[in-house]
Amino acid sequence: MTATRTTCPYCGVGCGVVATPDGQGGAAIAGDPEHPANFGRLCSKGSALGETLGLETRLLHPMMRDAGGALRRASWDAALDRVAEGFATAIRRHGPDSVAFYLSGQLLTEDYYVANKLMKGFIGSGNVDTNSRLCMASSVAGHKRAFGSDTVPGCYDDLDEADLLVLVGSNAAWCHPVLWQRMQKSRERGARMVVIDPRGTATGEGADTHLAIRHGTDAVLFAGLLVHLADARAAALPFIADHTSGFALALAAARALAPNLAEVAAKTGLAAADLRAFFSEWASTERVVTLYSQGVNQAVAGTDKVNAIINCHLATGRIGRPGMGPFSLTGQPNAMGGREVGGLANQLAAHMGFSPSEVDRVGRFWGAPMMATREGRKAVDLFDAIERGAIKALWVMGTNPTVSLPRADAARAAMAKLDLLVVSENVLSTDSSAAAHVLLPAAAWGEKDGTVTNSERRISRQRPFLPMPGEVRPDWQALAGVAARLGWGEAFAFDGPAAIFREHAALSAFENAGARDFDIGGLATLSDAAYEAFEPTQWPVRRPAHPPLEGEGRREAAGWGEGRAGRDPAVSSSMPGVTPPRRSLAVDPPPQGEGGAAPSVAEPRGTARLFADGRFFTPDRRARFVAIAAAQPPRVTPEHPLVLNTGRVRDQWHTMMRTGLSPRLGGHRPEPTLEVHPDDADRFGLSDGGLCRVSSVHGAATLRVAVSMAQTPGTVFAPIHWNDETAADARVGALVHAVVDPFSGQPDAKATACAVAPVASTLSGFVLSRRRITLPRRMFWAWSAIVGGYVARLAGNGAAAEILAALEAALPGCEIARYIDAEHDVGRAALIVDGRLEAVVYTAPAGQEPGWAGLLDLWAKPKLERRDRLAVLSGAAGPAGSDDGPLVCACFGVSENRVRAAVAGGCRDPASLGAALKAGTNCGSCIPELKRLVAAADRPMALAGE
Amino acid sequence: MSEPLVVVGNGMVAARLVEEISTRALGRYSILVVGEEPRPAYNRVLLSSLLADEIADADLELKPAAWWRAKGVSTLFGRAVTAINREAKTVALSDGRVLPYGKLVLATGSRPIRLPKPGMDLPGVITFRDVADVDAMRAAARRGCRAVVIGGGLLGLEAAYGLAKASVPVTLIHLMDRLMERQLDAPAAALLADAMRRNGVEVVLQADTARVIGTERAEGVELTDGRVLPADLVVCAVGVRPNADLARAAGLDVGRGVQVNDGLIASDPAIHAIGECAEHRGACYGLVEPGYEMAAALARRLSGDAWAVYGGSVLSTNLKVSGVPVFSAGDFSGGEGTQDLVFTDAAAGVYRRVVLKGSAVVGAVLVGDATDALWYRDLIRSGESVASMRHSLVFGRAFCAEAAPLLEAA
Ligand SMILES: Cc1cc2nc3c(=O)[nH]c(=O)nc-3n(C[C@H](O)[C@H](O)[C@H](O)COP(=O)(O)OP(=O)(O)OC[C@H]3O[C@@H](n4cnc5c(N)ncnc54)[C@H](O)[C@@H]3O)c2cc1C
Ligand code: SF4
Repeated sequence: MTATRTTCPYCGVGCGVVATPDGQGGAAIAGDPEHPANFGRLCSKGSALGETLGLETRLLHPMMRDAGGALRRASWDAALDRVAEGFATAIRRHGPDSVAFYLSGQLLTEDYYVANKLMKGFIGSGNVDTNSRLCMASSVAGHKRAFGSDTVPGCYDDLDEADLLVLVGSNAAWCHPVLWQRMQKSRERGARMVVIDPRGTATGEGADTHLAIRHGTDAVLFAGLLVHLADARAAALPFIADHTSGFALALAAARALAPNLAEVAAKTGLAAADLRAFFSEWASTERVVTLYSQGVNQAVAGTDKVNAIINCHLATGRIGRPGMGPFSLTGQPNAMGGREVGGLANQLAAHMGFSPSEVDRVGRFWGAPMMATREGRKAVDLFDAIERGAIKALWVMGTNPTVSLPRADAARAAMAKLDLLVVSENVLSTDSSAAAHVLLPAAAWGEKDGTVTNSERRISRQRPFLPMPGEVRPDWQALAGVAARLGWGEAFAFDGPAAIFREHAALSAFENAGARDFDIGGLATLSDAAYEAFEPTQWPVRRPAHPPLEGEGRREAAGWGEGRAGRDPAVSSSMPGVTPPRRSLAVDPPPQGEGGAAPSVAEPRGTARLFADGRFFTPDRRARFVAIAAAQPPRVTPEHPLVLNTGRVRDQWHTMMRTGLSPRLGGHRPEPTLEVHPDDADRFGLSDGGLCRVSSVHGAATLRVAVSMAQTPGTVFAPIHWNDETAADARVGALVHAVVDPFSGQPDAKATACAVAPVASTLSGFVLSRRRITLPRRMFWAWSAIVGGYVARLAGNGAAAEILAALEAALPGCEIARYIDAEHDVGRAALIVDGRLEAVVYTAPAGQEPGWAGLLDLWAKPKLERRDRLAVLSGAAGPAGSDDGPLVCACFGVSENRVRAAVAGGCRDPASLGAALKAGTNCGSCIPELKRLVAAADRPMALAGE
Repeated sequence: MSEPLVVVGNGMVAARLVEEISTRALGRYSILVVGEEPRPAYNRVLLSSLLADEIADADLELKPAAWWRAKGVSTLFGRAVTAINREAKTVALSDGRVLPYGKLVLATGSRPIRLPKPGMDLPGVITFRDVADVDAMRAAARRGCRAVVIGGGLLGLEAAYGLAKASVPVTLIHLMDRLMERQLDAPAAALLADAMRRNGVEVVLQADTARVIGTERAEGVELTDGRVLPADLVVCAVGVRPNADLARAAGLDVGRGVQVNDGLIASDPAIHAIGECAEHRGACYGLVEPGYEMAAALARRLSGDAWAVYGGSVLSTNLKVSGVPVFSAGDFSGGEGTQDLVFTDAAAGVYRRVVLKGSAVVGAVLVGDATDALWYRDLIRSGESVASMRHSLVFGRAFCAEAAPLLEAA
């Protein structure tokens, strides 16, 4: 089978992947050595992509709810008729604003474009929003306030060239592993790294300095830095004078917020000495990149935090030049593409807003009959409107709002009120589709065909390498089908993703003339073949008619970690050991004549950096300082005395629809936990490994307690990934308040007041199952993937019999073998079909937790022998699963206890651990944890809580 | 001259006693064995296998005639002892002889119980205890007959299975709602009933026999609910009663059996009782192993070891010929203070139950897979603590050896 070059569908790093189908529905996965985002590297999630391709959980044909309320298989025609009819009815009766699309940062740009065009140009509403709202809307708003455009000024190369890397509210070690390693390379050549995060994370552990800042005070810190820059005469006054506006006001505001070091120290909870050191290092280091992600974005004052950071870069003129600048790391593979298309309620299209001239321009370009003239509803507002009944028809694509939205329980209840809920999904059953009237089977990664944009504005192809199974179709086709039924067939008569991309590119350039940052006019005439062969390229890629901006056309440095000597772009592509990117674009000749210094038409190279010339996309071409007001500290109450912070863990992605299928990824953090500082654990009676109930005024969840020195007292952390299919009661989104940033509408998922209480547990155990089954919810369980199925650890109050009954109900027709010791409350059962294990359950009293590692050989057996049927329930074949401890290296299956043993045996660093265990030698995502384990062995007390 | 030792009964236990004495104190006694059955002692346990045609008649033999002769043992077969004169220390035989004894050993075994119901004495109604009974069943099978076996215990099951194997249409009727109710719980008994049905035995539970119908011969069995099961062979296998008539008539203390102390001495110091006829510490055993243990202890005592005692036995039993292994050992009645560890795998036909008291195994029942039977029996005997491998116990020795340290670590 031939190899296909495509792009990883997980995080915003946007790594290139080479997929080689195995002819049986799977594929071998490798990093693409030629992709400039990763140069062949992949993290654990990316490496495990091959394990997520199975069709077991896939939705393979459309389904519609019948009169009796049951979902039944339907034809595409019938399903699209129903969608079109439902939307038409709502629009006719209640107007265009009674319908909405809720999209996902995982959609391809082409899908996004078609959805956005249909809603904003033809239906006539701005109601297109996306789950990207939840992760980077504050960055968008911050960028627009400062630059007049949603522009990420720098590129990954800057990380190689910086002397100081500052990460704010970013657990890049887990969330952007490949970039993280790139930054670690920079440290090896001498760059310093400062991590600012209330939580102690793997990122903080891998940095030179971790500033454990008080929650929500990042803006104060950067206001203090601005004051310091001014007072220490480190500000670039000529740049400020020539290229910016608003400095005086911003500085005055900063002084009000952070008048002196003592005040900043008091507010942020940091030591004055640490602050002084950080400020002076920042001030004196020209090449500084300040990276930030969710910890900054997801906050009531997220946009202000973003601008507080950008202010400092503007004040020093450290923007647009190699090795420096503010850098927003996006969480999703194509959040950037969605932004480019305009798939957010407060954007119109192609980085244009809703001013009359922009509405007019886009309307003319599209030939649109019904242009939306104002912003639509942003995510949280949108679901509020659904709750109020103001939205009648909703189409959800590629996301799971009942898990990921704040007040997720309310979102779920709201969706049940819709006249029409359409869900386009990969998988058969997600929490969101429970209320769906129409389910449409969407193409998944490996089948989809289109483009995505990563955090450094680099557009890459996602290419298909598997056939679309069943009746699966790409989302854009479903959208075009509905458009045609509504009478706009012609405007949506795309014959493939290339055609959509060309139109998208043309729109970006339409009446642009350098006024808008997003311009890929240079790609508007790509032939289908050129689109197919399209190499990863950073926008803007302007049409040659316009003189390029400064820096445009600069060829990216092709390698990283090669040392600074290789920085000259002219020589970078011929550096030893680095494959020059393939350039094989065949582009039709441009309609206009040759433009002066334009890059070669045949080679639109894209643009590594913007703003080096100090010209921005505001009307006066000046960047704006933003005066930052004091932010409200998170409000806790006597009833809800703690602050709940939420986020990701390394090996899971979003709501685990895909990563939840991978055995390698399941082992890292197999359960939803609440991380708690030991002091808080004492205060609230929680014990490590026990259960707790965490609740806010909006909802509650039951999680396993992980006592950790990494938390700051008063703050607890829970992962966002779990849903009702994967865990009993761990939809953390249900707790999160709907407080949003006033500028971006992004919810503040990082600071909800909450209470915690211990949950007594009488039972422990586990279930292995081929399928994820809903177990009794009054117990605690969470499914994680293992080879050939899933495992859930059990805890809480319940009886073996209850679990067995649930399994029997879910898996009728199984032979059942069981072992019961009523006196000791021990129960075990094996469910067997055709001699193969279908499910196994073990329960025991709390504190005597059984392990499953010893069963995995039997689990893998296609046919059990007679003795095996005893062995399954005897748990005898090998050591118990939990004895091995959590999985550290997902690539080589190295558990924490094996690492500890190796450390005890003399391994003192990741290299020696790698030599001994192979751990960390493939994707390297576990290197921070290897280091932590080495460090923990050195100072056992400090990390005793972990 | 050696002291005359008279053994009444030539069953399995008697044979063992003689063997044991002859290896310990050959010549100390002049031994006479008197047996009612007209043949040397044979292995009664194997009668089921003989009926099921799994062995030949000759395989029943315990010791060849030459062996008895070589040991200098006198034997009188086909004659019963009819009375004991304790004053005179003599026994009277059915052939009229009166013989003196120095020591008398009663090893008269048990008699099968016939239900006290009408028609139980009709020709065609038999029990299952000796070679003659097997001969009668084999003859009936050869003739071609229909059989009803009354009693769903070990004996009834083996009789029914043996008959079915001889192509006799058999109905097994049992009073209780499950087979072997004293050994098995419902799931295990259900497994066994399935296995019996697969072997061609019709199993009727909760069947209370009203009478055997027929005038000249047995023609069928009528149940109290009015059902009539036609049969020309009726095998009554409802249990045994210790054969203590002789002792009772001689004025010895008799409860259910001949009461003996730990020295296996009856209420007359010159008289011993061993095997199924004896009652020791209130227990009468219906199995051969305790009899053998008694024989060994008594042989030691009679050979001069005044301290040799018998301390009671752990019962264990196998259902040998039903096509499904069934094993039970010890006290599996599951009374007060006991704890059950139960494994069931109905589809594979496997059931295992281990009964604990405190931290010791006191009973075990295995159906479908009895490979670890002996290990359980030994655990019951040793009374050692099994707490450390409690949750592997039911799965057998190999699993305990492997898993115990791991799973029980907590
Ligand atoms: C079909 C069958 C299957 C069995 N299967 C098993 C099994 O699997 N496992 C097990 O442990 N046990 C089994 N048993 C029971 C076992 O055979 C007896 O426990 C054992 O034979 C008892 O030995 P005993 O010497 O005490 O009595 P017996 O073997 O009954 O011997 C007593 C002998 O004494 C004779 N006798 C009685 N009264 C007199 C008298 N007054 N004068 C002279 N002789 C007399 C009898 O005729 C008889 O031959 C089975 C029994 C039967 C019938
Ligand atoms: S860092 Fe990992 S998850 Fe992110 S794009 Fe690269 S391989 Fe995918």
